[in-house]
Amino acid sequence: MTDLIKHTAAQTAAAIAAGTVSAVEVAQAHLDRIDAVDKKVNAFLHVDTEGALAAARAVDAKRAKGEELGPLAGVPLALKDVFTTKGVPTTCGSKILEGWIPPYDATLTTRLKDAGVVILGKTNMDEFAMGSSTENSAYGTTGNPWDLSRIPGGSGGGSAAALAAYQAPLAIGTDTGGSIRQPGAVTGTVGVKPTYGSVSRYGLIAFSSSLDQGGPCARTVLDAALLHEAIAGHDPLDSTSIDAPVPAVVAAAKLRDVRGMRIGVVKEFAGEGYQAGVMQRFNESVELLRELGAEVVEVSCPSFTLALPAYYLIAPSEASSNLARFDAMRYGLRVGDDGSASAEQVTALTREAGFGPEVKRRIILGTYALSSGYYDAYYGSAQKVRTLISRDFDQAFADVDVLVSPTTPTTAFPIGERADDPMAMYLADLCTIPSNLAGNAAMSLPCGLAPEDNLPVGLQIIAPAMADDRLYRVGGAVEAALNDKWGHPLLEEAPAL
Amino acid sequence: MPGITREEVAHLARLSRLELQAEELDHFAEQLDVIIGAVARVSEVAGADVPPTSHPLPLTNVMRADEVRPSLTPEQALSGAPAAEEQRFRVPQILGED
Repeated sequence: MTDLIKHTAAQTAAAIAAGTVSAVEVAQAHLDRIDAVDKKVNAFLHVDTEGALAAARAVDAKRAKGEELGPLAGVPLALKDVFTTKGVPTTCGSKILEGWIPPYDATLTTRLKDAGVVILGKTNMDEFAMGSSTENSAYGTTGNPWDLSRIPGGSGGGSAAALAAYQAPLAIGTDTGGSIRQPGAVTGTVGVKPTYGSVSRYGLIAFSSSLDQGGPCARTVLDAALLHEAIAGHDPLDSTSIDAPVPAVVAAAKLRDVRGMRIGVVKEFAGEGYQAGVMQRFNESVELLRELGAEVVEVSCPSFTLALPAYYLIAPSEASSNLARFDAMRYGLRVGDDGSASAEQVTALTREAGFGPEVKRRIILGTYALSSGYYDAYYGSAQKVRTLISRDFDQAFADVDVLVSPTTPTTAFPIGERADDPMAMYLADLCTIPSNLAGNAAMSLPCGLAPEDNLPVGLQIIAPAMADDRLYRVGGAVEAALNDKWGHPLLEEAPAL
Repeated sequence: MPGITREEVAHLARLSRLELQAEELDHFAEQLDVIIGAVARVSEVAGADVPPTSHPLPLTNVMRADEVRPSLTPEQALSGAPAAEEQRFRVPQILGED
């Protein structure tokens, strides 16, 4: 049974379709694994044993009747607790939603169910997806399976940790400033932020609506591609959903050929603050791409150095507005309703009790940036920087097919190290934020261990909007070459839990 | 660009409906001052000739046909309410007693 948890999603789906294993056996093996290791890892906020087994039984019944199964039917998945799940608790990592049972499914949840994917449960995250370490969860932090005393990244640390701990072969994250890619990088897993607008946000609890994007997390590039195709596509329930065909990412992942591609190395993502071992593995990856037949050039995107400040004005501004919905009236926590307090007082008392420090900081920062007298200087200027960043991307993509950089400046840092130093924490997203501001597509995949600490390093690939297939083409080729070189996937080197 | 004072944070907290404690005000004022100091440089670079971008996609209104579709029942819609009565959300007093 231990073999079942090591299989890729593609292998698992093929075995279930061939009848060599049942979906129920696969689900049970993963539920057992969660039972065995999640006390240490704390990747899950809620495990839906009954729901998972019922979904698995439905796949087995479908197969028994001879019905055709989709490419991910029966494959278990860990779902970030930011997507609503009908009848299953959804907290967004916050006390303000403790015990809330959504009456509806997110579109992404519906698509997973329709694909026969077995949702094992909901994963831990920084409260309202604000953070880079999962330490901002109201329900305790998650350990990085490579070293449980270190952060698994964030906000989607639970989803990434679940993959690295073999609790699930697939997971879902959301990426507002790097919350899929940075956890992927520090856990040695694959994470993709699809083009903004390609995965529906209906039922995704909003943090920063012009930046939030759901996407696939997996242990292999092909598995991420299979999940990408299952969740992407136009949704009439999301007015920012792109009504265009999804790029053929599965075919691209299988291509494993980068000959003739032009790849740009972003000059600005290096230097002070970048760990030596991260740069070493990154530079080796660039060399590898050359060996594989790509043409590599250096590209300058000067405005990227302003992405972090612009993001920390835009995202909190949108968050301060989005989180106004938590008013203690329609759902969630209510505190201080003693019969004499006004609705306004009850709202303020509830938000004080229900939100953690990072959420409060960002609400106040956003309210400040949007307030009269400061709006032009802060929010207005940040929006202009957003234009400059998009222009830099446009100019770069006129010359190259994709851009590459390290995903994060450092490997996983120790839990607690940056917990009360917001600016230090924000630096974890230095390389990932530009893609959110421009709305294009980006991937992180493992490119080795940093020699100084033996922790995973992520290679980031960035493609123009709606050219997500290029990520998978490059990622698939790099992954295959590295696995050949190492003789096994990187995750095999993680210590046993 | 001026920093942010404890009084300003208190004012912003009121606007944001956050009943912050005194020690939180001290702590946040200090941290927000550092953060604002670090992000303020956006105002130094973007000139008047640069148009703002509010969203990565060119947004237009999305319309749909005005048809009756399945929706939540009142029970489902009220299922997460802290208090409900007669198929309505029950809220604390909104207007003063007098």
